This record gives sequence, C-alpha cells and structure tokens, in this order.
Amino acid sequence: MNRHTKEKFIKYILFLIALVSVIVLGLIVFSLFREGLPIFKKIGLADFLLGLEWYPTSEPPLFGILPLIVGSLIVTLISTIIAVPLGVLSAIYIAEIAPAVLKEIFKSIIELLAGLPSVVLGFFGMIVVAPWLQETFDLPTGLNIINASAILAIMAIPTISSISEDALYAVPREFKEASYALGATKFETIIRVILPSALSGVSTAVILGMSRAIGETMVVLMVAGGAAAIPESLFDSVRPMTASIAAEMGEAPYRSAHYSALFATGIVLFFLALVFNMIADYVSNKYKQVGSATL
Amino acid sequence: MISIVKKIISGMALVVLTAGFAFAAESVVIKGSTTVLPITQAALEAFMKDNPGVQISLSGGGSGEGIKALLDKGTNIANSSREIKKEEINLAASKGIKPVAHVVAYDAIIPIVNPKNKVKGLSIDQLSQIYQGKITNWKEIGGDDLKIVVISRDSSSGTFESWDHFVMKKNKVTPRAQMLASNGAIVTAIAKNRYAIGYLGMGYLNKSVKALMVNDVVASAETALAKQYPLSRELYMYTNGEPQGVTARFIEFLKSPAGQKIVKKEGFVPIAAK
Repeated sequence: MNRHTKEKFIKYILFLIALVSVIVLGLIVFSLFREGLPIFKKIGLADFLLGLEWYPTSEPPLFGILPLIVGSLIVTLISTIIAVPLGVLSAIYIAEIAPAVLKEIFKSIIELLAGLPSVVLGFFGMIVVAPWLQETFDLPTGLNIINASAILAIMAIPTISSISEDALYAVPREFKEASYALGATKFETIIRVILPSALSGVSTAVILGMSRAIGETMVVLMVAGGAAAIPESLFDSVRPMTASIAAEMGEAPYRSAHYSALFATGIVLFFLALVFNMIADYVSNKYKQVGSATL
Repeated sequence: MISIVKKIISGMALVVLTAGFAFAAESVVIKGSTTVLPITQAALEAFMKDNPGVQISLSGGGSGEGIKALLDKGTNIANSSREIKKEEINLAASKGIKPVAHVVAYDAIIPIVNPKNKVKGLSIDQLSQIYQGKITNWKEIGGDDLKIVVISRDSSSGTFESWDHFVMKKNKVTPRAQMLASNGAIVTAIAKNRYAIGYLGMGYLNKSVKALMVNDVVASAETALAKQYPLSRELYMYTNGEPQGVTARFIEFLKSPAGQKIVKKEGFVPIAAK
C-alpha cells in the first residue's frame, strides 16, 4: 500500500466510525417515531399535547399530557433558578478568586458531586429532604416541586460550574490586564470584563444544565410525587414526562395505545431537548467572541 | 440458498425437538392478569430451578386477555383476578373448551394511614370519595382538621388494578393523587406523613403505618379468607380441562407450602393461611 492509499484508507475508516453515532441516533429517532406515532390515529395532536387528563388505563383511556409537560418544565425552571447562581458564582470563585489550594479542593468536590448516582440523590430527597420540608413548612406533602427542583439543582450545578469555569479560563489574559491597567478593581473586572467575554460559554453551560434537569428520570420519579395535575403552588406534586414513561412503560402492553402514548411522550421530550440545543447554539453564535477571546 | 437455509432450520428444529423429548420437556404458556403476574413469576423461577429443562413462558395483558387466549387455545394457563364470566363460559362451550378454576392465592388490599391519624376505619364509599377528591379534609370523616393527601399506586400496577376494582368501581382517581411506583414507596411516604392515605397489598403491611378497618372489618388473613373483609378476592389460574403434565405440576407446586410461601412473600394472602 502506498502512502496515498493508506491515507485514504484511514480517512474512510474514521468516517465510518464517526458515522456510527449518527446511525445509532438515526435508528433511535426512527424507532421512537415508529412506536409513538400510532397514538395519533386514536387521538388528535392537540388533544394529546393540550389534554388535561392523563388516565392511560381507565376505560376509555385519556391521554392528555399537558400536566406532564408542565411538570417537566416547572421542575426544570425552578432547578435552573437555584442552580445558575450557585454554579456560575462558584465557577467565578474557583476561576478568578480562590487561592490555588482551595481551588483544587473545590474543584474536586464539585466533580465528586457530578459522580453521585441519581438514585442516591433521589433517595436522599425522599428520606431526608421530604420529611424535613414537610415539618418545617407544615406542608401536606414533602414530595413536591421544590424538593425535586432542589435535588435536580444539585445535579445541574457540577455541569454548569465546570463548563462555566472553562469559559472563564478561556478569557484572554490581555483583557484582564487591560482592565486593571485602566484602574478597575477586581470586582469590576470580573463583572464588566471577564463575565461578558465568557457569556457564550456560560450560557451554553446553563442550557446544558437545563437539559440535564429535563431529562433526569430517577430523581423526579422518586421525589416529585407523581400527581398528573397542573400544579397550583410550588408545594404541589407533579409528574414530569420522564417519570411517567419510566413508571408506566414496564406494565404497558406491547404496542397498545398506552405504549405508543408513552413513546409519543418521548418524542415530545426529544423535541424539547432539541429546542434547548438549538437555543444553546443560537446563544453561543450570537454572543460569539471574536479575536483572541474565541472559545 | 433458500433450500440450504430451510435445511438448516429444519435440522435445528429436529435437534430442539429431540432435545426436548430427551429431557421430557414440555412448554407451558401462561398469560393473563397483571395482579397474578408477580406470584407466577416468582413461583416460576423457583419451579424452573427444581425442574431444569422445563419451558414456561409468562406474559401479562390482563385477566380478560388471559381468558381470551385460553379460549383460543393460545395458552395453557390463564391467570385471572376475577371469576370467569357467563359469556366466556358460553363461548368456551361453543369452542369445546372446559375452563377449570384453581384458586392459587387471595388478594387483599388494605388502606393505610400514618399512626398519628385518629381515624380507625372507613367505609368503601368514603374511601372512594376520598380517592375521587370529593372528601378533602380529615375532619369530614372524624379526624383532625388536616388536608388529605391521596397517595395511589401507578395506574399500571396490579395493586392499582385491585384498588380500582374494589373501591373506585368506574370512578377515576383524582389527578391530584400522588402516584408512587412501589409498595415500599407507599409505606415510606405514609409512615412520614400524617396527612396521607394510601393502600397496599396485605403482605407489605408493617408497623410503621396504621391499617384502617373497612366497613368495620379488620383486615387479616382470616377475615380475607372468610370473605368478611370486603377488599379481598380470590386469584385464579384457569386451565382447559383438568391440567396435565408440567401444567399440573406447576399449579400443584404453587398450591404447596413452598409455593404459598412465595405467595406470601409477594404480598398476597396464602390459600391455607389457617
């Protein structure tokens, strides 16, 4: 084999390997749609997405997933509100302020947090947080939106923190030096110069943290309470889409209406994740740093 | 090419058949009620361990599906959480099938509350009203002035199906009900929550929660067997005629002390509990 063909050979091998993940994704999407779409022969898209009643096993069954969508969105939103300040601010501390020793300690602890299995966190939420919430605030139930969001926030913090930290590190040294040279304090430099230059990376971090929260299953299955109704307060139970799929798929008869309704719920989740990714893309392009600050 | 494939397949079939005869293997199909499914599954695992080479396949689908399959000769055993209906018997007769019932266990569902709750018992109607979301405060039924938190099992579980059958009849459980994924999760939630009411299979009852009387009957294995306790019923396996071979041995095993121990472990009431 001469050098030229060898190069070509390697190129195609790598192309095929790269193709594998594309094909796998394609097959997953294909089967998701193949199993999920039959439900729309039974009920309309609007009734499915906007229906308020999820009674998949009653006679006749009702497949309205709006309460499930609202459940997923609300726990994601609240967990983002909790996780973003904690994640971004801790990233700023680690990247810009902390002395070298503390930096290492904090970094490894946050990484450890990322390694906690979600079932452990879910158990913690169920056994420790739920009774505590219930007694402290005298609530009817501790398995509610706040509990689930807090646990999801704990899971999202490592993602947000470590990606934000990378973005902050990538801000060129000259920016900082120029800022100090102009007489800015450290606080002014961080808020006015470093954070804005790292904005696209930080936004990507936030959105990835949100996708982590919306796709998480075990935690919401264990601590969100599982009530398929639109919540009236943050202390109500909800039933996010992932929890519904996980809890019911095992018992839904193969290719029944219930089965395909669960797959269709998966399609909705898929589109939500897609929207999150597109937003992440858009934000990182819009606030793209130019020149030496490019990430 | 095709003929080669055919030859290979028929060769394989022959091997499987002879191997089957060599081990006296007989394949048994079991289908039906999701309530009976966990017992059957556990019993099956124990049975197959003692009888290697036996082929038993098990699937759910519900009591109706199981009986339908029995009538279509699609299954050897139909699991059912209800007695066979008149129409089904008639249909069976027209197809030359003789369904024979075997009671393998009792199913008893117990409503439970937190030990701190003052309420001692409820009627089926009150339970139904609570689960429909029509009674929302414990003071309406003789308890403290506390909101009722309704806790239910997931709608696809067998226990939910039993509850639906005994209590809800045709009514729907309120969407505000918390749907938990296991009997264990129900016990944990109720043990820590004095607002809550839940239900579980009798075998899962423990000291951390308080069982409620239903229509003034205390739930126990005895009252369930005597049919005094209203939330109890027989669980059946139906066969076509008297069972033969492996089918008969499997049902016998399930009814034996070893099989009934499995029944108890799965949260149901054994048939020989006296």
